[in-house]
Amino acid sequence: MKHRLIFTGKKLIRMALLLLGVSLAAFLLMSASPLDPLQTNVGQAALGTMSQEQIAKLEEYWGVNDPPLQRYLGWLGDFVRGDMGTSLLYRQPVSQVIGQRLQNSLWLMAFAWVFSGLLGLTLGILAGASRESWGDKLIRGWCLLISSTPTFWLALVLLIVFAVWLGVLPSGLSVPIGVDAASVTLGDRLYHAILPALTLSITGVANIALHTREKMIDILESDYVLFARARGESKTSIILRHGLRNVALPAITLQFASISEIFGGSVLVEQVFSYPGLGQTAVNAGLGSDLPLLLGITVVSAAIVFGGNLIADLLYGVVDPKIRRGAARA
Amino acid sequence: MEPVLEVKDLSISFTQYQGGTRRRELPVIRNLSLTVEAGQVAAVVGSSGSGKSLLAHGILGILPYNSHMEGELRYKGQPLTPKRSEALRGREIVLVPQGVTYLDPLMKVGPQLRGGRRDAQAKARSRAVLERYGLGAETEELYPFELSGGMARRVLIATAAAQSPGLLIADEPTPGLDARAAGRILGHFREIADQGAGVLLITHDLELALTIADKVAVFYAGETVEEANASDFSAGRLRHPYTNALWNALPQNGFTPIPGAQPWPGEEGSGCPFAPRCPRRTEACVGEIPVRSVNGGRVRCLYPEGGERP
Repeated sequence: MKHRLIFTGKKLIRMALLLLGVSLAAFLLMSASPLDPLQTNVGQAALGTMSQEQIAKLEEYWGVNDPPLQRYLGWLGDFVRGDMGTSLLYRQPVSQVIGQRLQNSLWLMAFAWVFSGLLGLTLGILAGASRESWGDKLIRGWCLLISSTPTFWLALVLLIVFAVWLGVLPSGLSVPIGVDAASVTLGDRLYHAILPALTLSITGVANIALHTREKMIDILESDYVLFARARGESKTSIILRHGLRNVALPAITLQFASISEIFGGSVLVEQVFSYPGLGQTAVNAGLGSDLPLLLGITVVSAAIVFGGNLIADLLYGVVDPKIRRGAARA
Repeated sequence: MEPVLEVKDLSISFTQYQGGTRRRELPVIRNLSLTVEAGQVAAVVGSSGSGKSLLAHGILGILPYNSHMEGELRYKGQPLTPKRSEALRGREIVLVPQGVTYLDPLMKVGPQLRGGRRDAQAKARSRAVLERYGLGAETEELYPFELSGGMARRVLIATAAAQSPGLLIADEPTPGLDARAAGRILGHFREIADQGAGVLLITHDLELALTIADKVAVFYAGETVEEANASDFSAGRLRHPYTNALWNALPQNGFTPIPGAQPWPGEEGSGCPFAPRCPRRTEACVGEIPVRSVNGGRVRCLYPEGGERP
């Protein structure tokens, strides 16, 4: 138990350092960006008609003239105290903006995560177990095709097929247009989430299935499977008794590592479907020079991805007897 | 009485791809013959890379998919077809593999011993068989990584002894053990043979094999070069020059090495594979070498020691 606590403590320190690094990197990239916040957010024409005082006011609002170091330290100081600042674009507290968008995205990502994980694992095990059969070739070919397809392109194809040609699914947004916010049902939300979630799932499946297949093949070529065959175990029994058990550990790693990919994919997918999630907001914040919002989103998503990996590490300690019993004895 | 296992002219080859496209057949075992009687320990001795393990996999019908087997296998007088070996393996014909990597690393010893059965009878049986090999009931709750080398070997033997096998194939069961522990492990095989099973012991360790074997088949580059009784070794009745060289290479017999190395599969020339290293070779050794009986054993050599020159 003590060992587990020390392990978790070390991980948390690493997480703090990682978040610091990530926020600094995001800040530096933003500072180096050639975008002029006034020109992008106010527009060249509008700026031309403004007086010097108005422009100076705007410059102050967007923090154009503050030295970068001071801006970063100011943000960091507030962040450590629990204040993520106010979004310049939305004129709302950053935590509120993120909370709202994350809620939209979370369902999307959770669905894609679970679906791609389960389907990927199943396909990978099937392909690995029936290596070189037509089923394996089909699964592998399909996975290779999908993983070499850009996410946004796949999103566009699905959009054209289901929203434009068939017209059975909405082409974008998270709620119907022209409906009062109060009368939007859960069904409406789910209906609008189908296409983006499907796109994310499809791209996630390929990676997990291909990796699981390799693991399964390794397991089936192992000494202990050879011995199981020598002891007269049937192929089904070998896959159920030894295959699933041994594929579980790499599957946990894969599943939690895929959080970052789903996060990355969601940025593109939400953009294509105009889905008001975290990914789309991140793009807006970046293009609109909304520094507090962008840093907030960066830190929150890094924390979620890190949290996923941390959970995988902790689960390993529960699932793998070498770690579990080794730690108990130490 | 009928022998438990008869192997006649067994050949095993692999299909290999060279440079990605050119296919070739790589012979690993050629014209191997051997018999194992009930109550006997028959040892197959050869250096690493001579194809010994494949013999075990061939008998059990678990060769890899890109291999090809020819020749005749008989178990208790009946042909050992792939279907029959599938039905018999794990029950009548059992394997004791090399070491702990042959146990599922994530499964406790108990369930592995019972092979999927969960009833009380299976539990009592696994407990009894562990006890027979000096392992307590707590061993059932251990994972393979928690076993010492000797314990792992005994667990592996226990998996075999939990059945009542007619034929036990032990594939290099002792590497990594000191001489005393290895001796104890081999003692268990002798015991199983004394209870009536045939034991096929596959090893590279001639000295250890001779401590329990009744007869020894010597393997060189995928061929049996000699089948001798265990007593022939110390009595100086060996027939094949390679067997002699192997015997003389033992520390207590002079520690004499011979030059050269065993050819790799596919690189043997025609005729006797040992000829390049043989002190007795003549031009005739590149031709076909028949197997013949000399002094109660069998040898694949034109000029066996103790035999008359043709």
